[in-house]
Amino acid sequence: MAEKTYIAAIQEALDLSLEKDDSTLIFGEDVGKNGGVFRATDGLQAKYGEERVFNTPLAESGIGGLAIGLTTQNYRPIMEIQFFGFLFEVMDSIAGQMARNRFRFNNTRQMPIVVRSPYGGGTKTPEMHADNLEGLVAQVPGLRVVMPSNPADAKGLLLSAVESNDPVVFLENIHLYRSMKGEVPEGYYTTPLDQATVVREGQDITLISYGGAVPLVIKAADELAKNGIDAEVIDLRTVSPIDLDTIGKSVEKTGRVVVVQEAQRMAGISATIMAEIAERFILSLKAPIGRVAAPDTVYPFAQAENDWMVKADDVVAKAQEVINYD
Amino acid sequence: MANIIELNQKILDFDYQVQAQDDQFPMLQVLNNAGEIIDEDALSRAELADDDLINIMKRMLWSRQLDIRSTKLAKQGRFGFFAPTAGQEASQMASSYAFKDDDWLFPGYRDIPQIVAKGWPIWKAILWSRGHAKGNEYTTEDDKPVNSWFPQIIIGAQYVEAAGVALGLKKRHKDAVAYAYTGDGGTSQGDFYEGINFASAYKANAVFFVQNNGFAISTPRTLQTAAPHLAAKGWSAGLPSLVVDGNDPIAMYLAAKQARAWSVAGNGPVLIETMTDRLEPHSTAGDDPLRYRQQADIDDWWKKEPLIRMRTFLTNKGIWNETLESAYIDETNTLIDEQIKIADGVEKQKISDFLKHTLEVPGQVMQEQIAKFESEGK
Repeated sequence: MAEKTYIAAIQEALDLSLEKDDSTLIFGEDVGKNGGVFRATDGLQAKYGEERVFNTPLAESGIGGLAIGLTTQNYRPIMEIQFFGFLFEVMDSIAGQMARNRFRFNNTRQMPIVVRSPYGGGTKTPEMHADNLEGLVAQVPGLRVVMPSNPADAKGLLLSAVESNDPVVFLENIHLYRSMKGEVPEGYYTTPLDQATVVREGQDITLISYGGAVPLVIKAADELAKNGIDAEVIDLRTVSPIDLDTIGKSVEKTGRVVVVQEAQRMAGISATIMAEIAERFILSLKAPIGRVAAPDTVYPFAQAENDWMVKADDVVAKAQEVINYD
Repeated sequence: MANIIELNQKILDFDYQVQAQDDQFPMLQVLNNAGEIIDEDALSRAELADDDLINIMKRMLWSRQLDIRSTKLAKQGRFGFFAPTAGQEASQMASSYAFKDDDWLFPGYRDIPQIVAKGWPIWKAILWSRGHAKGNEYTTEDDKPVNSWFPQIIIGAQYVEAAGVALGLKKRHKDAVAYAYTGDGGTSQGDFYEGINFASAYKANAVFFVQNNGFAISTPRTLQTAAPHLAAKGWSAGLPSLVVDGNDPIAMYLAAKQARAWSVAGNGPVLIETMTDRLEPHSTAGDDPLRYRQQADIDDWWKKEPLIRMRTFLTNKGIWNETLESAYIDETNTLIDEQIKIADGVEKQKISDFLKHTLEVPGQVMQEQIAKFESEGK
């Protein structure tokens, strides 16, 4: 196994998808010669040609519509939304159209589309480039929302997403793109969708997270260990639908839970997890469920990002509060 | 120097620019209101045999009959949502006659007749109207695929999707096009422009129709845009764009046929604005057109509706008469009666099926919901 960056793992998965299946197409803004603004598609147009990897006009709804239409000709589109803050422009194509089509066509048509997009903050981007909007898409029936937290998962989950006959919103953390490296298995492999993973086992408290927040939760768990608190860390990987079995087993073991998300506190993934735990496993709980999330403001301008974003220290403090609850 | 001075003056003459836009789109017309051919050359270019002319007449007749029956049934509570089509038969049925089974149709919610013309049984159209998922299965009575999307409610969305199909057809080197319909209101949506622009940028196989029927529910065409012609919007994306008399079946067929041929040859999409009128309310849900338009205006358009002129033309040609028409209407009504019975007999929908049909592999919570509803027989 070689050590690779998060973005290199994604680029490798895209390459393997194009190699494996002629019907796979990649398109979006600047994905061709430029290789995407983050270089996720670097070299792919040169390797597979302009018929299969191509730039679009600069219009997100058009990109979404293009993907939907291409499925009628048995293509498997991988569309890129350059930044997830541009989701609002393509929300009808994603939520109003592709997500509804299997249901709408009474299960007679497939929508094998992957919507790839960078999300999350911490890189001082301009406005509308850094939002955590996973809660918006996770609420839409008919979509899968996948948010890998490390290079190996990014590759395996992306290959699974391309194989899926349902639309998958595949969200890539901007900050992790080049800051995170990890061992990535060689060749083609898939990591199952809809399955959470326990990335660190523990007995005292369950820390549940996903995507870009997972590394800081692991860091928090390391800090807690120094104080004798043995935290279990769950990485959801797919945030819609959610794997409640894995969560349930852990909650029954530890009896204490903190849910951590980069997104603002209101609604969102953590709210769903807390509600499901309360409904299913409340008798296993020894303390109220804690939550760490960003403040309920618009995503801040670049200079305020560091103050605004969730940090490992916030997770440590919340975990200690839950541990110390009588 | 003089030329540059004159040119600059012209460029800066905004009154000229407004007038120039208005002058650029003369209306294509072959069959006038009196049922007379006013352009024999265009008629011959249409290459319509007598059988084709009769087929177009029949399609328009059953479309009108479906409109009449649907409106009545809606009043009896036996139909669901229905958007009346009377007056638009040439725009819908004569244009769609130019397309083939392999072509992909992208209809708006008022474009039910074009899907039926592709082989979608009327009983499925009735189920669609009633809100039964079975109505959204696009197959013929003998289960062959019908290349149609569903009747789109978001009235620009079908344009971006049609652009995707059009690009796919081009990539697969197919001798086929995507053809999409929207209305004058649809051209105000961003997706309208994104769709024609994408298709044009890729020189993809598409024909886009804008049925300018005067009103988007109660908003008149003049409030949709200050552009003098909706077709002019096609020019902004580099498309050949034309205005056609939407109540003239011959002109509609000719325009659609030539647009299809041009696009299939790899030249890119074409935009066709059809000048027609919605003679009835927006939908059977009860809006009153007299709140937003004059009765005299409606009466005037009824005199120009497409069946009158086609009937006159075919009768004068000696290939149509009252007896034939009456027999065909009876036949159509018998068919509609049978189709209603089929629709009435379709099994009730189940919530558990909805859950099974939302994702190919349902998530854990959905599986629990499926089990719950199945145990309750729902």
